[in-house]
Amino acid sequence: MNLLEIKNLKMDFGKNADALRAVDGVSLTIGTGETVCLVGESGCGKTVTALSIARLVPTPPANYVGGEILLNGRDVLKMSNGELRSIRGGVVSYVFQEPGASLNPVFRIGNQIKESLKLHRPEKATNDEVIRLLKLVGIPAPESRIKNYPFEMSGGMQQRVMIAMALASEPKLLVADEPTTALDVTIQAQILDLLGELKQRLGMAILLITHNLGIVGDMADRVAVMYAGQIVELSPAKELLRRPLHPYTRALMASVPKLHGTAERLSAIPGNVPRIGNFPPGCRFAPRCPIAKPECSDKIPELVEVEAGRWVRCPFWKTP
Amino acid sequence: MNETDPIQNPTVEQPLSPWQLFWRRLKQRRFAMVGGVILIVLYLVALFAGFVAPYNYDRLDTNYSFHPPLWPKPAGFHLAIPRYEPGAGSFVYRVVPNDTKPLHFFIRGDEYKLFGLVPATIHLFGTGDEHYPVYLLGTDQFGRDVLSRLLYGSQISLSIGIIGILLSFTFGMIIGGISGYFSGWTDTVIMRLCELIMSIPALYLIISLRATFPPSMSSAQVYAMIIIILSFIGWASMARVIRGMALSLREQQFVLAARSLGQSHLRIIVRHILPNTFSYVIVAATLSVPYYILGEVVLSFLGVGIQEPNASWGNMLTAAQNTEYLRNFPWLLAPGAAIFITVLAFNFLGDGLRDAADTKSL
Repeated sequence: MNLLEIKNLKMDFGKNADALRAVDGVSLTIGTGETVCLVGESGCGKTVTALSIARLVPTPPANYVGGEILLNGRDVLKMSNGELRSIRGGVVSYVFQEPGASLNPVFRIGNQIKESLKLHRPEKATNDEVIRLLKLVGIPAPESRIKNYPFEMSGGMQQRVMIAMALASEPKLLVADEPTTALDVTIQAQILDLLGELKQRLGMAILLITHNLGIVGDMADRVAVMYAGQIVELSPAKELLRRPLHPYTRALMASVPKLHGTAERLSAIPGNVPRIGNFPPGCRFAPRCPIAKPECSDKIPELVEVEAGRWVRCPFWKTP
Repeated sequence: MNETDPIQNPTVEQPLSPWQLFWRRLKQRRFAMVGGVILIVLYLVALFAGFVAPYNYDRLDTNYSFHPPLWPKPAGFHLAIPRYEPGAGSFVYRVVPNDTKPLHFFIRGDEYKLFGLVPATIHLFGTGDEHYPVYLLGTDQFGRDVLSRLLYGSQISLSIGIIGILLSFTFGMIIGGISGYFSGWTDTVIMRLCELIMSIPALYLIISLRATFPPSMSSAQVYAMIIIILSFIGWASMARVIRGMALSLREQQFVLAARSLGQSHLRIIVRHILPNTFSYVIVAATLSVPYYILGEVVLSFLGVGIQEPNASWGNMLTAAQNTEYLRNFPWLLAPGAAIFITVLAFNFLGDGLRDAADTKSL
């Protein structure tokens, strides 16, 4: 049994005539101890998909209209509030983009970590355990750091504290929603190394959300590429980086700046991500796609397994 | 590895906590500090009113109605209390020449209960001789010492402010927090209720609420009633502001982070939303205490609050309604001065707290 199985998840914002489909038929599995990257431009539904795993998107305005999210075999969408509270933190923990905003500014960090312990491992809610966790995430001099307020720490340190908080409840799955976007490049590398190392030591699965293809290669076992609320390509990470199949993935890869080569201008994908509720008919990437054909606008292509383990939502993926 | 290597073993210097920073900024505001010191003195005196007051609040001295304030004069190594005797006409007194009594400190006098519990007879000052009374602020129409009544009255008037604020702000914060955090129809219902309460002029509401209680009550019941009435009116405006702050705080990522850890709604409100409103609440509370003190004054002044012979600043001022009295016996306005000083001190302190709590003004 997979740790997480999202099956054909459909979620709207708003109801009836005003409904805007933010997530449209996303299916994704994560095995125990696996790292999956969810890649895509801003506004393509990555974050709401990830938040849905613990049903953290407030309903209303959100409205789940189909599919299921099986966490340890149990459907999150059917859980009671009490069950939800026990899986939040207990099975799946989150690390968010802005570490400074994720910590409550008026409490010392030691107390905040302890709060996480009290909820899920009350017998371990001690200073010693907090210090052990802070050591685990590589914070120097944790004994004196537990008295610090969040504003007294740097962004990288704050993010380490957030990771310690997320780990305090010993989750099976860590969802990291763009954990390094707000940090500078050297700190980014440190945080990603830390996540990779913790994954090895604690054997937890990681769902890493990013719009940076650069970190995919280091971290991920598999990659899901999202576009306009749908997964357009799902593939083992190494193969995807070596040979992207979907035209959108190819365009994304082409727009990553390279150190070598003589290109004068960075290549960019023409146009913008379509707004929710204003998706083009048929393939949603067609208006921006370099290999689009007239029939692309007829109906939405299916996500098809074209090679072993490689799923692509484009019938013309062989076209160069 | 070298133990003293600063890179491997950095020494983290303990920075100032937010409270220490707050205190440091507050100390720089002189008016706020003066206000704070005045309030500390007032509350300490109220706490030890029985000891500081030379007489009991209900001690009658019918020979000396409307006795004017007297001032001890230095005489050698002690302070001398002059003696007054009734002169020609009603309520006219004149000083008996060369008839004084020295003022003593820590002298035995009327029996009272310290903190309402411990029986005691020692007073801060007095002459020990009832023919030489120490009426520093004069007496009222029954010959009761105005200063003693002022001190006993401060127990009621000053504590009503604090307890009323505690009660109404606790309710206001919890209700406002719930309203803002859940929003939606919960919010609509609670906020319309607040507006209903706020739309009724406070004085009418006070009077009509007073009418819902029986006319004759013991002084403890009246005291509790005043607090309940004032808090019932006061929570609404607090709830509105807290609701606004909760509406913005609930969108903060740390609330999402707390939810993602599996915390319950109530705990998120109490632990994460409300503490972030404290810097506002402390300032607002300090600035609102005067309204509660004045509320008691209004009720007692109108004769529906604290009843005679118990003293409160409000019912002492009832005697000052009569212009004839006011013209001849201006010392009856002493409670007005006490109210003025208290309200001003609270406002000074509140202004200073606001400046100190506002981290944007450094």
